Amino acid sequence: MCGIVGLFLKKEDLRPRLGEMLTDMLITMTDRGPDSAGIAIYGDEAGGLKMTVQSDTPETAFAGLDTALEAALGQKIAMKVIDTHAVLTLPEGTEAAARAFLAEKGLRVMGAGAAMEIFKETGLPKDVAARFGIRAMGGSHGIGHTRMATESAVTTLGAHPFSTGDDQCLVHNGSLSNHNQMRRVLTEKGFAPLTQNDTEVAACYISSRLAEGANLGEALEGTLQDLDGFFTFVVGTKNGFGVVRDPIACKPAVMAETDDYVAFGSEYRAFANLPGIDTARVWEPEPATVYFWER
Amino acid sequence: MQTIDMSTTPLREVNVALQAQAAQTNQTQWVIENPRGAHAIAVGLDAPIEVTVKGSTGYYCAGMNKQATVHVTGSAGPGVAENMMSGTVIIDGDASQYAGATGHGGLLVIKGNASSRCGISMKGIDIVVHGNIGHMSAFMAQSGNLVVLGDAGDALGDSLYEARLFVRGSVKSLGSDCIEKEMRPEHIEILKDLLERAGADAKPEEFKRYGSARTLYNFHVDHAGAY
Repeated sequence: MCGIVGLFLKKEDLRPRLGEMLTDMLITMTDRGPDSAGIAIYGDEAGGLKMTVQSDTPETAFAGLDTALEAALGQKIAMKVIDTHAVLTLPEGTEAAARAFLAEKGLRVMGAGAAMEIFKETGLPKDVAARFGIRAMGGSHGIGHTRMATESAVTTLGAHPFSTGDDQCLVHNGSLSNHNQMRRVLTEKGFAPLTQNDTEVAACYISSRLAEGANLGEALEGTLQDLDGFFTFVVGTKNGFGVVRDPIACKPAVMAETDDYVAFGSEYRAFANLPGIDTARVWEPEPATVYFWER
Repeated sequence: MQTIDMSTTPLREVNVALQAQAAQTNQTQWVIENPRGAHAIAVGLDAPIEVTVKGSTGYYCAGMNKQATVHVTGSAGPGVAENMMSGTVIIDGDASQYAGATGHGGLLVIKGNASSRCGISMKGIDIVVHGNIGHMSAFMAQSGNLVVLGDAGDALGDSLYEARLFVRGSVKSLGSDCIEKEMRPEHIEILKDLLERAGADAKPEEFKRYGSARTLYNFHVDHAGAY
């Protein structure tokens, strides 16, 4: 099943409330996915690359990590530890060295970007949101997912969103049937998925298309030709927010738009707390039709 | 008039109260406030009561309805009025997938658009959609009438039995064994009545009728070798 929520703000004044609104939306979708939950949030840019890393043993893994990484890079970094995740802010040009260092330490990189931070774990959405303090986070847009696993194990790495490029993330409701074939194609292109999860293949596909010069709309359009299976995808980029459903469109989706925001939910229930929802334009996105917004 | 606020009353209590109404009830007017997209609101009713749901509903609103009139002032999620037996269900906004699926009777009016699989396997229900309908609508529809003032999506009426489909706008494509048919005077009469009852401002003459070519499900002697 799975639940998806997304919110793209059109105005600055709602920014401080983004985390609060997304958290309410996410918790409402618990019935659709109680296994795991995750959120990608596009917050303030920190003047460097924000890299979100995860560890199952954060007490030991994150103790002294910042000083060790500074020593390895020879440059100052910033580290913010939140539960099993830590957000590292790295100076430009240090990404490759940092990734190598973190891999050696056995730390998993959830995602990286100038604005995006990703938090995901197994457990009920309300617990996951509380552990990371999502409610207090601000930002311009964000995407969340509640997972009911079908294609791969219930693990932190199997949770959504998947990020396979800087400031890029994707969540998925559905299941892909040609993901093994696509995994080989994408691996040859240098966009190898790290997990056995079908959704990560879709994320890698979008990243590969964006890297080839496609815009968000074109990359989403491509999923309709190249990916086979059931899907409703919601995708975030640094400045953009996109939605596409497969031509059969079995997986539920509803959208709402006001002067202040564009919202996505697997069900209308997710919108019930949004400001101005009673007068919002609410519609079901058409099958095989790409919707995207960029600022 | 009875008012139930779903922000303070659990769904089950709402449905128990509505389902408890007998045919001779004098509590005929009910208002449900703050539905907030909840699932299965006003399901399984079996009394001539009028229920107004003020807002939008989730899955399966007014499912299995008998006798009652259920009016949703917002939009409805998937499976609205599924397996309706009689009565009337009116949606002021849009309806999601498989609206009126498997319905045996009654009238479902959608004032906005209905999405895919509207009236799938309908068995006698009448459905009037003021806007458009999505793909695979009236798939395997057996009887009843589906009236669409707007456009229909792909594969309308695929594997259709004896339901009548009336579309005023364009049809993106017809499904297997679904063909355009002649609009005879009796169809104009049926359509006129349905449009009136659905509060639809349209003339029956503007519609085209679609139905089964009756070639898919009849045994044909030329195919005897295939069995």
